[in-house]
Amino acid sequence: MSDHHHDLVHATHTHDGKPIQNDDRPPIEAETLETAVRELLMEKGVISADEVRQAIEMMDSRGTDLGAKIVARAWVDDDFKQRLLSEGDAAVREFGVDMRPTELCVVENTAEVHNMVVCTLCSCYPRAILGIPPAWYKRRDYRARAVREPRSILAEFGTAIPEQKQVRVHDSNADLRYLVLPQRPAGTDDWSEEQLAALVSRDSMIGVADIRSPGE
Amino acid sequence: MERKFEPGDAVRVLERNQPGHVRTPLYVRGKVGVIERVVGSFPNPETLAYGQSGLPYKMLYRVNFAQQTLWSDYDGRPEDTLEIEIYEHWLEPA
Repeated sequence: MSDHHHDLVHATHTHDGKPIQNDDRPPIEAETLETAVRELLMEKGVISADEVRQAIEMMDSRGTDLGAKIVARAWVDDDFKQRLLSEGDAAVREFGVDMRPTELCVVENTAEVHNMVVCTLCSCYPRAILGIPPAWYKRRDYRARAVREPRSILAEFGTAIPEQKQVRVHDSNADLRYLVLPQRPAGTDDWSEEQLAALVSRDSMIGVADIRSPGE
Repeated sequence: MERKFEPGDAVRVLERNQPGHVRTPLYVRGKVGVIERVVGSFPNPETLAYGQSGLPYKMLYRVNFAQQTLWSDYDGRPEDTLEIEIYEHWLEPA
């Protein structure tokens, strides 16, 4: 432990064959602390290396599939949509999703309203249904500008918002996690729930993009 | 748990300077908005983040601000809003 710790606090980090590698830069204080606590817990037999690996694998493997399925269900089932909007946690529990200790807040895009999500203080994100946030979501420029000039950000993402549409920005700064329910694209009236889920993109559920009509 | 505010109430975010794990961003401090909904009671992140219990729980609200009240040079529609979660001990009636 002490030798490894010594390696980490100096820039000359050598790749020692361990599965959890750090970048070739000096670790920040929190990383050093995490390494120390993790290795201590392993030495004491509280957790195993395999359990740490499994937890990382589980977190890394989560994608946007659940979010897309939830959106598609809301498009085809109006009762579910109403539950999703009024009591998000209970609605997504039907998909086996447990949002605790946070709560899910679903906001609906309509012909009159466009919603967009940011966490200005860090990178709060509904990981249980959308997986790992994109790199830009954590960047300071997105976080600072999304609350101040959302229309410019949306334009930079290639998302045209009609001038008369209201833009609502949600700062995910505390205990809620946000899912944008995008507008169902035109021309999909006879599509199955499964087909619809395949149309739903990650960025549409963060609210920086709309979903194009098939064939557009 | 008792609460001070109801949806529709006008509130001002306190302009307090406080170090630590504070979830109230600077850009809303001192600004006036409207309670959008009562979220519920949650452990206080200002103590929870330091390994304490987070007790007593704090009431959490979603507060709706007109963008134009946050940024004098806001470039968008007057109806555009910014909505954010604020704990009760950061709010006063406005």
